[in-house]
Amino acid sequence: MTVSNPEFEADCIRRIQAGEKHLFHDLIRPCERPIYFLLLSLLRNEAEAEDAAQETAIKVYLNLHHFRGDSQFRTWVLSIARNEGLGRLRKTGTRREDSLDAEIDEQTGDYTPAILTSWREIPSESLERKELSALLRKAIEGLPEIYRNVVLLRDIEEMDVRETATALGITEGSVKVRLHRARALLQRDLAPRLKGFAPKRKGLFGWGA
Amino acid sequence: MRIDCKHVWEHISAYIDGEVDTGLRAEIDRHVETCEICSAVLDSTRNVVVLVADDRVFELPAGFSERLHARLDKELELAEP
Repeated sequence: MTVSNPEFEADCIRRIQAGEKHLFHDLIRPCERPIYFLLLSLLRNEAEAEDAAQETAIKVYLNLHHFRGDSQFRTWVLSIARNEGLGRLRKTGTRREDSLDAEIDEQTGDYTPAILTSWREIPSESLERKELSALLRKAIEGLPEIYRNVVLLRDIEEMDVRETATALGITEGSVKVRLHRARALLQRDLAPRLKGFAPKRKGLFGWGA
Repeated sequence: MRIDCKHVWEHISAYIDGEVDTGLRAEIDRHVETCEICSAVLDSTRNVVVLVADDRVFELPAGFSERLHARLDKELELAEP
């Protein structure tokens, strides 16, 4: 994660508007990753997510005079990305209504974790890094969209609860509920399959602890 | 108050993020010390969180940045912010 730097951003924006347009490259660079992965999470198609990311960056540039500085720059950029993504989904008619999302928050699903006690003793056969990445990506891609978005911003891009809530246009409470459920679903999906994975970091999955 | 396993699971995410109050944290810590199941659930959930945060799991497509900035160059020439 790139930590945002409000002074750098404010200075950049001022100078871009005064004519130093090339500085926009530096301004947008720290936001590239979260823009792309948020859009990939919404659109589930790499080529379309990339195209939407480019459109987002252009919209950010064209609307720079609208940025008031009352939220973080990256948060503002991500809400533009989110609108770009949702606009595309609406066009293709693949977007469920937002009301459905709200209902899901109220539902009590089954978020029982995978219960493993014997896995600590199972001899490790370490997964290759590539295999592990593929496993994690697949598990996250398999999450319902509203959970996927939250995991993406909170756990992958390591944004805080408030910023995630603003970027996704949901409450901080919803961020917490969705993150909890997403992690529970990921644990249930991944823990049984990762038990043979022996990472180098001490204590991971109980190995070497 | 002794908390049960289900209670621990409900708070696992907040616990990992350091968002439970000290009283509840102490209860969970005490429970996990003696409960093999919850200890494994907590470890594995925390590990999933650590693993997905690894930048190598989610990489931008090759050439993504170059293509983005090339397109921006064209736009920057044409339009004022």
